[in-house]
This record gives sequence, C-alpha cells and structure tokens, in this order.
Amino acid sequence: MADDILVQVERLSRRYGDFAAVDDISFTLHRGQVLGFLGLNGAGKSTTMRMLAGVLAPDAGRIVIGGHDLLDQPCQAKQAIGYLPEQPPLYRELTVDEQLRYSAGLHRLGRTASRQAMARAKARCGLMEVGRRLIGNLSKGYQQRVGIAQAILHEPPLIILDEPTIGLDPIQLREIRALIRELGQDHGVILSTHLLPEIEATCSHVQMMRSGRLVFAGALADLARRGQSTMLRIGLGAPPPPANLTQLPGVQRVEVLGGGRFRLQHAPGVALQRALIEKALSDDWDLWELAPEYADLEQLFIELTLERGAVA
Amino acid sequence: MIFTIAAREWRSLFSSPLAWTLLAVAQGLLAWIFLLLVQDFRHLQGRLVGLENAPGVTDLVAAPLFRVAAWGLLILTPLLTMRLFSEERRARTLDLLFSAPIGAPAMVFGKYLGVLGFLWATVVLAGLMPLALGFGTSLDFGKWFAGLLGLALLAASFAAAGLYLSTLTAQPVVAATTTLGLLLALWIMDAASAGQEKASNLFAYLSPARHCDALLLGLFNSTDMAYYLLFSALFLGLAIRRLDDMRLRD
Repeated sequence: MADDILVQVERLSRRYGDFAAVDDISFTLHRGQVLGFLGLNGAGKSTTMRMLAGVLAPDAGRIVIGGHDLLDQPCQAKQAIGYLPEQPPLYRELTVDEQLRYSAGLHRLGRTASRQAMARAKARCGLMEVGRRLIGNLSKGYQQRVGIAQAILHEPPLIILDEPTIGLDPIQLREIRALIRELGQDHGVILSTHLLPEIEATCSHVQMMRSGRLVFAGALADLARRGQSTMLRIGLGAPPPPANLTQLPGVQRVEVLGGGRFRLQHAPGVALQRALIEKALSDDWDLWELAPEYADLEQLFIELTLERGAVA
Repeated sequence: MIFTIAAREWRSLFSSPLAWTLLAVAQGLLAWIFLLLVQDFRHLQGRLVGLENAPGVTDLVAAPLFRVAAWGLLILTPLLTMRLFSEERRARTLDLLFSAPIGAPAMVFGKYLGVLGFLWATVVLAGLMPLALGFGTSLDFGKWFAGLLGLALLAASFAAAGLYLSTLTAQPVVAATTTLGLLLALWIMDAASAGQEKASNLFAYLSPARHCDALLLGLFNSTDMAYYLLFSALFLGLAIRRLDDMRLRD
C-alpha cells in the first residue's frame, strides 16, 4: 500500500569535512511500524535522525515525509514530525506547562487544541503532577519525559526519538517502552539506541548502522530468523561420549554443558532434529530436552557491526 | 508564530534576574542624571529669563537625558541580545525551532520582537522622567516625542546588529563582546571623522550617532528614518541567511 508509506529516504548522505557520517542510505517506514536504529556510538544514527527532523540539511539524497519533500516543502513535512533530540530541547527557566504551550504554539495548535493536546501528552508521559514545576528543577528522567511529551504533543504521524530512554529508572523505562509500543500502533516511530534489549522490547523493525552505512534492515522477526539457528541444545539422561555426537550428520562442533546437556553446532539447513531423535531412541540416550538455540540479537549485532563488511 | 516566539523570549527574559537588574540599574542611573540636569536647569533659569529665544526645559533636560540614554542603550543592548541565539545553541534548544514548521524569518522576527519589546520598555521608562516635569512647567511635546523616537530607532538598529552577531557564536559572552565592539566602532566613526575633509563624510554618514543627534534635538528627518530601517533590515537579513546556513554547516 503506497499511501501508507510515511517516510521515504533515498540515497541520503552527509559528510563532516572528509568524514562521511552518513553514507548513501535508503529506507522506508510505514505507518504502524516502530523502527529501531541500532549502532555503536558514532555510527551515524543521530546524524540520520537530525536530517529526518529537518535540523540538519543533507549533502545528497531525498527525504519525503507524509508525501512532502522535506527540502521543498519544509513546513508541511515538519508539521508531520515530532522530534526528540539526544538532549531534550527544554528551557530550564520555564515550567513544564509553559514549555509545552510554547511547543504547541510553534506547531500551530490553537488555544483549545493546545490545551487538549497538553492534557493528553502529560497524561501519557506521567507529567500530571509536575505541570507547574520549573524544568530546571526536574530530574533527568522527568526532563526526558517532558521531551517525549513535547515530541508527541501535536500528534505527528512520525515520531523521531533519539535515545529516548537515557536517564530513566527501570520503572520509567518500562512505562516509556510501553508508551512507544502504544504510539507505534497508529504512528510511525523511529528511535535510536545502542541498547539491544530496547530494540527487542519495543521495535517491529531494525536497522543497524556501521560507519554511516546500513548493514542490516528488516523486521525484527527476520533478524531472529536470520540468526536461526545453527545450534541445538539437547539434554540426555544417558549420554554417549561426545565423540559419538560428532558423528551425527551435519554436526560441526559439540560443546559439553554438563549435567547431560550438550550444545550442538550444525551446518545451516540441516534437519538435525530428526536424525538426532532417531539415534537417541535406537541407542537409548534418554533424550529429555531438545531446543533450537537462536543466535541472540547481541551476537548478531556484534557480528554485523564489527566483524564483517557492509552488506547493504 | 512570531508572537509565540516573542512571548517565550519575553517570558524567559523576565524569569531571569538579568532583565530586572538591567532595568533597575539603567533606571537608577538615568534618574540620578535626570535630577542633576534638573538642578542645573534651576541654576541656569535665572540667566535664561533675559535671553531671547532661550532654550527651554525640553532642550536642557530632556535632550541631554536622551543623549545619556543613547549611550546606555549602547551598553545595554549587547547584554540582552547576546542570549538570543547563542544561548539556544549552547543549550541545544535550537533543535526545537529547527524541527518545528517555522521558517528562518519567523524565528528571527520573533526573537527580534521579543528583545525589542524589552528595549522599548526601557526607552519609554526613560522618556517618562522628563514627562514628569510637565506637572510644573510646559514641555515641548514635539521635541520630546522626536527624542523618544530617536531612542526607539536606535534601540531597533542596535538590537538587529546584536541579534545577527548572536547567531555567529554559541558563546553568549563572545556575542556580547563583538556586539559592543561593533556598536562602539560605529558610534566612534562619527567622532573620528569630525573636523576632517570629504573622505570621512561617508563614515560620518554610516554612524548611527549622526542620525540620532538630529532626532534627539527634535529634528525629524526621513533620511534618518530610512537609515535606521535599512540598518536593521540589513542585519536581520544577514541573520536569516545565517540560520539557513547553519543547517548546512553545523
């Protein structure tokens, strides 16, 4: 469905002097997706997000948000964006209400619309009690929440959050992640992080960046499948010597985990389970556990961002 | 849009002690000078009676007071304009403006209006002092108003220059220093060119001091008006260009 495309990025590049911070990346985002940008510090996540938010002009490439080109029709495109930079853009000398009212004014909300939007955003971000407090006196976690409230205030179709959960305590972290998932149902959300659990907890799609390039882009489910398993964990009541396991078809390596458990690494695409079960029955190994082990996101992340060259 | 930004600027100004301190100090010093001028006038009064076409209280109190106020603006403006964009760059709040659906002109005019509102308030406060003499004597309101207009235009041109220089740096103190330097240099240009030949006429013409003098003395001249408008427009235009550039360089 073409009209569901919220963001279209084509061949985006940005250099700082000789250093290519973002190098020729393209992707699309649909409504109802939560896209996680993953990468080490300095991989180009923030630069990409700043360009998406219209804060930084790209050297090359095109960004279309909600059908409006960000460079040709900046005002229409920006009306569709809610952006929380790495450091929340808050005036320390204002109260939370004043800050939100200001931001509502900047996004052309009328008086009543602004009051409703403020009440809604404050309720969503748990800011009901601090409306009259000065932002400078709030803790980092609360400031971060004010930043998020500000980004979702005018109900933009696209919400861009640059490391939104920094400085939050575990309870707040859970609340904000739930909020992001909720927002992802009828908005498009792009968030960046270098925390893997965050991606697993909130995102439907992942993009990994490495030195300004996209090294992986796809649904979170694809990512798990991609790491699919070349590993099998088994538990045997009467285990044979490990050497016998090595002789099973396709097994490359056997790791003894103790207590009758083994981890078998096998070639991809080999249906080891069936052969294993048959062998276990015929040799009375007393099989009591058989589970595929997925390469977890972290492993994949390290593999993609450090070891191998660019795929995309 | 412009008013939203101006109102925020105004709100932030008055929630900091800076604005109140500046207002208090400026008002205190001007009041002192005003009283000295009134005292001088009372000493002179006796001798003025015999003179034909003698200068009135507006010439001897209001005009010199406005002259001092003009110097005051020269020092006051950089302290107010230094925050405009420098502070936002330093605190990284500029991202909010850049990601909002606003063009650079609205940002510049909003901030300009905010700081100008404050400066004009101080100008009016200074103007009220000689007006108080109206209870005891007759004032020349035309001259008084011309002087006030001169100060207001001066404030407008100073603020535009200060606003532009604050877009150039993320350090408010640097913005204040460069603004003060620029304004002083322009001011001095008039004095430096005095008594010299034709070549310096241009410099004298470029100095805001020259254009202000006539107004402070009560002479209303459209050339002076045009000068101040062009001066302000030039710096505001530069500021808009600079903001557009900022997104490219950063």
